[in-house]
Amino acid sequence: MKARGFRYYRPGSLKEAVHALRDTGPDAVAMAGGQSLLAALNMRLSNPSLIVDIGDLPELQGIEEVDGVVRIGATTRHADILRNAVIGKRVPLICEVGSHIAHAAVRNRGTIGGSLAYADPAAEWPAAMVALQASVILASPRGERVIPAEQFFVGLLETALESDEIIVRVDVPIPASGIITGFGELARRHGDFAIAGLVVCTLIDKHKLIDPRIVYLGCSEYARPAVNMMRALDQMEIPLSNAANFADALRKDAPSNDVPGLRGETRQKIAEVLTRRVINSLERPK
Amino acid sequence: MSGNDREIGLESIVIDVLINDRRVVRRIDVRQHLGDFLRVDLELTGTHLGCEHGVCGACTILLDGRTTRACLTLTAQAHGKQVHTIEGLSESGALDELREAFIAHNAAQCAFCSSGMLLTAHELLQLGKTVSRDDIRNYLSGNICRCTGYHAIIDAVESVLRAKGGAA
Repeated sequence: MKARGFRYYRPGSLKEAVHALRDTGPDAVAMAGGQSLLAALNMRLSNPSLIVDIGDLPELQGIEEVDGVVRIGATTRHADILRNAVIGKRVPLICEVGSHIAHAAVRNRGTIGGSLAYADPAAEWPAAMVALQASVILASPRGERVIPAEQFFVGLLETALESDEIIVRVDVPIPASGIITGFGELARRHGDFAIAGLVVCTLIDKHKLIDPRIVYLGCSEYARPAVNMMRALDQMEIPLSNAANFADALRKDAPSNDVPGLRGETRQKIAEVLTRRVINSLERPK
Repeated sequence: MSGNDREIGLESIVIDVLINDRRVVRRIDVRQHLGDFLRVDLELTGTHLGCEHGVCGACTILLDGRTTRACLTLTAQAHGKQVHTIEGLSESGALDELREAFIAHNAAQCAFCSSGMLLTAHELLQLGKTVSRDDIRNYLSGNICRCTGYHAIIDAVESVLRAKGGAA
């Protein structure tokens, strides 16, 4: 339960940070809060040669609203996002989703950029950012690029990040008026990894779902639009009475295998019940 | 490796940190986590190490005034910051009401989790919000106790909140 040896570097700027990553190569890793990395280091699941500590770089911190977009700096801590007035007013879904991230002490240190870069399939931010159609801004010695969250996540713990790239910020478009959002997850205790959960953004017209956007967490390999469910539920009347008309779609979007302690069938059932619960409790437009 | 002859980063560095309001300047191995620095280097053994991978909450300390898991923090990350441990907060009297309530409600049995529980409960009180029993349970969910079954701990925290008018 002690980390192996590595070298540690505290850069003075983002430029120094990305150059250190480039010059060291792929076994260098950027660390902000370290709330996932330290656990992996202590258990010796991770063995970087160099840790670049970007946690205190001022240029990666802060939240601001610019032209209909809320910009969240990569190393903004979960706790600071949850108590931010702009986010609470403009994208309250973020606060609802974020309150389920881990425990108080972890929310005090962990950062949104770290969560996105780690891309845990049970994590809340990746699912929320894909559902909200956010963009991820990346920096490297070659400059900056912008990538839609939907294309940023590419597999289990895998992202489009190159080894010399660092997430600078995430830009969340403020949902258009009429968009209704919902979230639900089930964990064994508050703050544990989600067994299953989902984020929903949709229009509702005359008790029908219009063009719903759904992203699962915990029961999907990585954060991505649940395209089969989105098709199955489009134009469907709410409240959803039973799962018969979306069970096949859910099986495709959230295929669940047996794992120690949890049968795939059980997880599937949980995802199904949560889907109905979240959709049926969406607040109707006034 | 890129073939650069100059390696970036160091395996040991000097940190300058305030521990319980006392300035500490020490050379440390960068692989060391803050829990080991407190316990081994500074002999502040009130911070307990249970799982050392962020699950149990026994190593909870305050970093710049916020609860933090010492095992998930490199000592190097504390450079230039303020650390408060159970020792410092006990001496300052900040935990007096909570400690008395823990004793009155029998909320400490083996006491392995108590320093972490007290610091997390202290942070909840500091937030100054009106909270329900469920809120207390959720806030303490990151701290594992294997003796009391939690009810006594929640009773204790609730009693202090009630006395301050912050219990729903």
